[in-house]
Amino acid sequence: MKTSQSTVQSGPAAGQAERTRSGQTYRPNVDILEQPEELVMLVDLPGCQGDQIDVRFEDGELTIHAPVAPRQPAGTRYWLREYGVGDFYRTFRVSEQIDSQRMHASYAQGVLTLHLPKVQSAQPRKIPVAVGG
Amino acid sequence: MARRDGPFFPFQQLREEMEKLVTDFFGPQGYAGSAGMSRTFPPLNVWEDGDNLFAEAELPGIKPEDVDVLVVGRELTIKGKRAGGEVPEASYHRRERGTGDFSRVVELPVEVDAEHVQARMSNGVLTITLPKAAAARPKKVQVQV
Repeated sequence: MKTSQSTVQSGPAAGQAERTRSGQTYRPNVDILEQPEELVMLVDLPGCQGDQIDVRFEDGELTIHAPVAPRQPAGTRYWLREYGVGDFYRTFRVSEQIDSQRMHASYAQGVLTLHLPKVQSAQPRKIPVAVGG
Repeated sequence: MARRDGPFFPFQQLREEMEKLVTDFFGPQGYAGSAGMSRTFPPLNVWEDGDNLFAEAELPGIKPEDVDVLVVGRELTIKGKRAGGEVPEASYHRRERGTGDFSRVVELPVEVDAEHVQARMSNGVLTITLPKAAAARPKKVQVQV
């Protein structure tokens, strides 16, 4: 397994929780893997509604915003509170040429799977060698 | 167990109890450091109402059949695994999602009715409902006139 940081850069801050205009958001964990024809991202987004996840790709910047509604009523008193519940938000800079028209995503078991197909010219091409007679 | 009587109740003891957990839920690349997560997996939220304790954990990408929830006495155990899913012909640019086996043990603050514990998974969130044992439920006392 080789690892490289060149194609997709996460930005800007590294930290579990960040503040944005919309309040506290959480930075989801991701796997990003590259295959010959596409990049695939697996994003942990537990507790979301699939149809409310907002994925945008513009000028090489990928933004994922997933709203998460509170699961316990305000004023709940916790015996243990080891994680916070709130919207997920994260941006990435993608240097690979992506065919945004063919991007697609699915959501199951709290994981978003995002397919970023490469444009044709960015794919490795096998050149057939003609054999003369 | 003494009932808590203020906004700050003693879960420090509970927290220490949980450090006896076992886990190897971390990939070969030092999963713990990448996202600032602790080595305690899964993190838990535990709260209560009059009749029940509730425990919740975020387990994205883990199939319900790969999670076991056990209650023995006052001890709640959540264990399972998340499949690694090596993809052929793929190179990883980023790998933050942990894989492997996990096991978490937590001491519950009150006695529960182990026969009637319910667990359900929804969109990667595990919610466990633990009815309190009769002795641990609040009792309404009739005031004599």
